[in-house]
Amino acid sequence: MAAKVTNIVLAGLGGQGVLKASDILVDAVFRGGLDVKKSEVHGMSQRGGSVCSDIRYGAEVFSPMVPPGEAHFLVVLEATQVEPNRWLLRKDGVLLTPDMVDAAKLSNRRSLNVALLGVLSRHLDIPEVDWLAALQSNLAPNLFEANQQAFLLGRQS
Amino acid sequence: MSESNRRLLSGDEAIALAALHAGVALGAGYPGTPSTEILEAFDKLGGRGQWSPNEKVALEVAIGAAFGGARALCTMKHVGLNVAADPLFTVAYTGVSGALVIVSADDPGMASSQNEQDNRHYAVAAGLPCLEPSDSQEAYDFTWAAFEISEKWKLPVILRVTTRVCHSKTIVCPRATHAAPPAAQWTRDIPGRVMIPAYARPAHVRLRKKLAEIDAWNETSDLNRVVPGDPKLGIITSGISFQHVREAAPEASVLKLGLTYPLPLKKIAEFAKTVERCLVVEEGDPFLVDSIRAAGVPVEGKPTMYRFGELNVARVRRIVDRDESPEPPKPPGKPPQLCDGCPYRQVFSVFRKLNCIVAGDIGCYTLGVLSPFEAMDTCVCMGASLGVGLGLRKVLPPEQARRVVSVIGDSTFVHTGINGLVDMAYNPPPNGHTLVILDNSTTAMTGQQEHPGTGRLLNHEPANKLVIEDLCRAAGIPRVQVVEPRLGSNDFENLLTECLSGDQLAVIIVRRPCLLIGKQFKAGEKLAVTAVTDSCDAAKKGESCGS
Repeated sequence: MAAKVTNIVLAGLGGQGVLKASDILVDAVFRGGLDVKKSEVHGMSQRGGSVCSDIRYGAEVFSPMVPPGEAHFLVVLEATQVEPNRWLLRKDGVLLTPDMVDAAKLSNRRSLNVALLGVLSRHLDIPEVDWLAALQSNLAPNLFEANQQAFLLGRQS
Repeated sequence: MSESNRRLLSGDEAIALAALHAGVALGAGYPGTPSTEILEAFDKLGGRGQWSPNEKVALEVAIGAAFGGARALCTMKHVGLNVAADPLFTVAYTGVSGALVIVSADDPGMASSQNEQDNRHYAVAAGLPCLEPSDSQEAYDFTWAAFEISEKWKLPVILRVTTRVCHSKTIVCPRATHAAPPAAQWTRDIPGRVMIPAYARPAHVRLRKKLAEIDAWNETSDLNRVVPGDPKLGIITSGISFQHVREAAPEASVLKLGLTYPLPLKKIAEFAKTVERCLVVEEGDPFLVDSIRAAGVPVEGKPTMYRFGELNVARVRRIVDRDESPEPPKPPGKPPQLCDGCPYRQVFSVFRKLNCIVAGDIGCYTLGVLSPFEAMDTCVCMGASLGVGLGLRKVLPPEQARRVVSVIGDSTFVHTGINGLVDMAYNPPPNGHTLVILDNSTTAMTGQQEHPGTGRLLNHEPANKLVIEDLCRAAGIPRVQVVEPRLGSNDFENLLTECLSGDQLAVIIVRRPCLLIGKQFKAGEKLAVTAVTDSCDAAKKGESCGS
């Protein structure tokens, strides 16, 4: 069973949009009809502390939490948060870090979370139409354009 | 269950949706992680929800609604049920006319709590059925089941959820048909609802009879189910642990319990007989394992080390392997802190500078305990800053007593600080006392919820505003002052120094809206201005800094 489940961990600091990015990712997966779960902890961690969100999908998913050492992808929004989360990644897992996005090309620097989703999207079998629909339904209309640009920047990088 | 109907919901959102579909007339609660989003979602879906000043009042409001024949929902975090325990135990005796579901959102591992109490014990202690969903689908289904059980036996039901059920998003297929809300109707029933001893004695007997009936019904209920597997290993489990078990031991036979009080002990005994090794995997206290053993069914429990913190797949694998070796430590992340620019930062710097003994309370400002401030000396529960500060003031030698300050946030003050304030005025310590109320016009810690002191309702519409300084004066506190913590200003420091050097009772209200509610606050103020009369405005202006 475990082999058929894709495990993704998004990590960063409170206020960086980790949870917003995970909402978009999980929505994009959900549109494809697979079983999907996402887990995170709210509350204290919002106050600038470490935040991470687990996303798992496949034919059937049980635990909502990614077991340590079993993440296929670790997406980190803040360089200092790589080491605290590296133990979650598989030995052959893929690490995505903020330096993979050219921040100068972002029309809004706060869209780094979505740009990294764009980078991640190159590794996942999720149709672009589902990604864009997920962006549209999880963002205020006035933020959509900047985030679509950020997503495509990451996706095409 | 049509596929097009599938939704991706958190457990909290699923409970709200089920409450709406089940025709709930009123939801009441107090914000608390991980339960807060239930009533917020219920309101957004069009349900009628309210924040009460605390969980006790919320439960009493819900009891009233259920006495009136309606379906009522009451939500809180685990420690909130301690506050609401008084009505809880007696509403078990009275029962309800409509239906009442009490959501207790437990926080194993303490992601955002002061303890990790396991509220399944409340179900046993009060004598109320307890349901434990394991994902959002079950959060939806079990909320329905809870209302149906409550209505059938005229008894409140506890829906016990945990952080990973509340805050995980999983797929939910809602029911196609929804319930029409039962018509609320007053029917007098004095012996049933007035718990004087003469009426309470038979009421207790009625409660035990209801529980015996539910016990018998639960033996064949589909809320508890077997996942067939290899008879070499049988696992009995409930709640989120079920999900970890299915992944950690996919070959095992599993008895998944949904209604965990009263326990279906016959079903459990039968299951135990069919397997070679029977292991109980549960998060938190040894609740299931103790009850099952007490019934004479030999089962294996988890080693004590797994009583602490959340379970997960890795830990369940270790429990199955009877592995008691030390667990690898989790790499430290960055701890939370008071936001940059938070008006409370100045307050904690002053506490530190003046070498105060700080009786603290529950909220964002509890972070004043961490570096660089390290300016909090006690934190026990909601509202405790007052009582603890007063107790310290009464026994410490005068030179230490004069350094004691109680500090509490606005929402926590309204929650259970008011009781302590009354004690402060009624039993003043010999050297007086100083209470600092940090009024940032919101319940910030749980995500900026309203409370009576903000003058706005759960849905942010204007409401009667509780004026904290008026309340303090009415309680008999001789010195009540409001100060704004401005950058570069010494007003707060000077005022606190003065209060601590005198022997009188003083309340200092440090008032500035939370940085995170800027827009919400301004919009609310605009609405409030149109609603409040000129004379009220004039009275408010009299409360300026240092008055």
